[in-house]
Amino acid sequence: MSRHELDARRLLCPLPVIRVQEKVKTLERGDTLDVLCSDPGALNDIPAWCRINGHKLIDTRSEGHHITITIEVG
Amino acid sequence: MDASDGLNEPRKAIALISGGLDSMLAARLIADQGIHVEGINFYTGFCVEGHTHAIRNQHRAKPKRNNALWVAERLNIKLHIIDVIEQYKDVVINPKHGYGANMNPCLGCKSFMVGKARQWMEQNGFDFIITGEVIGQRPKSQRRDTMPVVARESGAFDRLLRPLCARLLPPTLPEREGWVNREKLLRMNGRSRKPQMALAKQFGFRDYAQPAGGCCFLTDKRYSHKLADLWQSRGEKRYDLDDIMLLKVGRHLRPRANFKLIVGRDDGENNFLHGYRRQYVHMFPTSHKGPLVLVNGTADASDLQLAARLTARFSQGKEDEEVTVAVCNTEGGQQLVAVRPMSPAEIPGDWYL
Repeated sequence: MSRHELDARRLLCPLPVIRVQEKVKTLERGDTLDVLCSDPGALNDIPAWCRINGHKLIDTRSEGHHITITIEVG
Repeated sequence: MDASDGLNEPRKAIALISGGLDSMLAARLIADQGIHVEGINFYTGFCVEGHTHAIRNQHRAKPKRNNALWVAERLNIKLHIIDVIEQYKDVVINPKHGYGANMNPCLGCKSFMVGKARQWMEQNGFDFIITGEVIGQRPKSQRRDTMPVVARESGAFDRLLRPLCARLLPPTLPEREGWVNREKLLRMNGRSRKPQMALAKQFGFRDYAQPAGGCCFLTDKRYSHKLADLWQSRGEKRYDLDDIMLLKVGRHLRPRANFKLIVGRDDGENNFLHGYRRQYVHMFPTSHKGPLVLVNGTADASDLQLAARLTARFSQGKEDEEVTVAVCNTEGGQQLVAVRPMSPAEIPGDWYL
């Protein structure tokens, strides 16, 4: 199990979701992914994508205009 | 034959999910027949998304959701969102069947998307494709005479099933083989939304998206005008993702042929445009509250002076004698200029794109 990071800042939804989808395909079950975003829509979309596809939302944090969403690959 | 493949595996259908009601109903009708359904959604760059609008402060009270994901969650199906930005350029730039009322290449777009779904179907071992098309629903792409065109050009042929109007069309492979029961499919036609709304009520669907102008910015007159202006200014039909994103944001003015301005209309848009500060010369008032303005094109000193006066016009100092504007280059250098804000009478209407 390893930790990874994805920079999706300045991308408008659904591009952050698409980038997460592509990244997760390269990861192993149990890996953790920190996604950095600037579109607040990601706060809704990435958790929804996780629920649909069986991944676990670990945490969401906002700092200024930036958001970090942490997921665990299911 | 039935809805399984003979090895007790259910037949599989890939449903084009736009996020609207029709594709949601079509997918549900087929899932209810015991077919394994997954959704596919294509991102062209021109898609109308709730949170593209949500960049603007005034929309932030509205829920920020991706409607295709929302539909998939309600249907309890997987959704594959596919980035087709690059491949879609050819559809927009060289529309095989021309444009609709604006820059929307509707029929070519539908053939392209069903074609992409067909490729996905073949690569992933699925059996057929579902769309939410209804005969007569759209003047360009959803007509009785254009439906065979989409089936043929996409290469899907009789593996393309339109459950909402299937009984008005010749039986497709899934119907002939008995994977789906044709008698349980529908015969919707025309522009009325009442049959869809009644079916949604029957299924218990609420809060579904009802986009007034469809799900594509290319159907929007103002957006299409800005895209046409972009191509005219370049002397060729060419765009990249940043171009078409920026067309969705801000107030666009072209005072001279060699440059245009993109003016943030509120803090949300200013913040978004700020992300482009390393790519564009930009300016903002320092003596008053006001917008961030990107200068798109090649601007000389006199152009920048004009741009600064326009920036002042959209600031809170618009009625004052003088506004100080910071003019910034892409390397981070900044110069302060004091300008008189332009009056509305000095701004011709055709500067606004």
